[in-house]
Amino acid sequence: MDPVFMGETFVTLLGGLPLTLKLAGSAVACGGLLALALAAMRLSGSLLLSAPAQAFVFVFRGTPLLVQIFLIYYGLGQFRPVLQEWGIWWFFRDAYWCALLALALNTAAYASEIVRGAVLSVPHGQVEAARACGMGPVTRFRRIVAPIALRQGLPAYSNEIVSMVKATSLASVITLMEVTFLAQKLISQTFRAIEIFVCAGAIYLLLNIVVTRLVVLLEYRLSPHLRAAPREPASAEAAHA
Amino acid sequence: MPDPTSPLPIVRALGIRKRFGSLEVLKDVSLEARTGDVISILGSSGSGKSTLLRCLNLLETPDEGQIVIDGEAIGLRPTRKGVQPADRRQVERLRSRVAMVFQSFNLWSHMTVLQNVMEAPIHVQRRGRAECRDEAEALLAKVGIADKRDHYPAHLSGGQQQRAAIARALAMQPKVLLFDEPTSALDPELVGEVLRVMRALADEGRTMLVVTHEMGFARDVSSRVVFLDGGRIDAEGEPAAMFAAPPTDRFRRFIQTTR
Repeated sequence: MDPVFMGETFVTLLGGLPLTLKLAGSAVACGGLLALALAAMRLSGSLLLSAPAQAFVFVFRGTPLLVQIFLIYYGLGQFRPVLQEWGIWWFFRDAYWCALLALALNTAAYASEIVRGAVLSVPHGQVEAARACGMGPVTRFRRIVAPIALRQGLPAYSNEIVSMVKATSLASVITLMEVTFLAQKLISQTFRAIEIFVCAGAIYLLLNIVVTRLVVLLEYRLSPHLRAAPREPASAEAAHA
Repeated sequence: MPDPTSPLPIVRALGIRKRFGSLEVLKDVSLEARTGDVISILGSSGSGKSTLLRCLNLLETPDEGQIVIDGEAIGLRPTRKGVQPADRRQVERLRSRVAMVFQSFNLWSHMTVLQNVMEAPIHVQRRGRAECRDEAEALLAKVGIADKRDHYPAHLSGGQQQRAAIARALAMQPKVLLFDEPTSALDPELVGEVLRVMRALADEGRTMLVVTHEMGFARDVSSRVVFLDGGRIDAEGEPAAMFAAPPTDRFRRFIQTTR
């Protein structure tokens, strides 16, 4: 291995980082919102709402993301006249939007299950206590269910964010010049696969270290009730002695 | 003792029936509480006593009968999923006058004790934060856990949690307090501290309905004892008379086995 070459490679690949970040960030944000809607549909108790959500999760969780990207980018291209007629061809013509759509739909499917599990894990008694003191459904959700569910779901959701960061590498197959695309391009010019992929892997690794640390920090900030009790005020104890 | 100046009962249940599937848990139960009443509801498990209490603030909706709170009858209507409250907002409004204390405390785990107590006054009754805070601190002092105000429920003993839950119930300035087996989940040595608080509340003239297995509390503190058996009121009366001369066989056997 040639340290000078690896250093140069690293710098070159960093050129793809903004796109990788943009894809991962937007997919997590849009997918997260969609996940909330899907989870609400699943939890609504109405078959009319929960069945479509369940079907969505079944399809997008059960098929490979790569196939979904191909279907959206190349597959929908076949329906160009229709899409043009509907005025949404600009969206499906662009590899970026197609990749983002596939990533967002995919993460929405997984995240909606995380959200649903987190909401269902909120202890029934605490919800009942909220009902018993006259809280309506909206206040109950905002003040009691959502904060508790957020804390429960965060560890699982950090996994989902990490896998989204990694999944952006699949966007390289539809010509998006993110980190993995640049790596492949460099390999085709130099045939030094090991050095280049080690650099690419290191970039994803560093990115995910940052992501996981941020979530752990958030989790810590949100969960004072799961840590050790605050110190007893020494003066109060002494006063009794 | 019923307060003669208050002719209307604060809570009144008339002909309550409730079934879960094929099991009829309450079979035509009527009960009323007037200002200052402390009513102990006794019975073996499965007698329907908790269900009756839960019907009083509509955590369960009765299939038949009427609940009147503070002179206001709760509208009920039949739906495909059984009888439901006709107006959710009416139920929410009346619930803050009938506060509930649960067997398993059910404090909100993500809030400190003080936040638990301030929550409903601020976010349900929309009272001012400063006022609620002063009152919450006074209530915590009253139940003897003022020094735990910034602790989370997980950091408290069962007895402290239940006293915090009582303070939370009092914070809504309710007209009636409902207690659903408040000491049943507690270690024996922690029962006393909760009973002491409840006794003090009774001495203040609070209206209380208490589902309990604490015979001492029923006999010494309550103004009336209601004994449920198989979903019906089997016996009811002043505790002294009830315990001295059990009016029914069933109640006599019950107090013998629980003694």
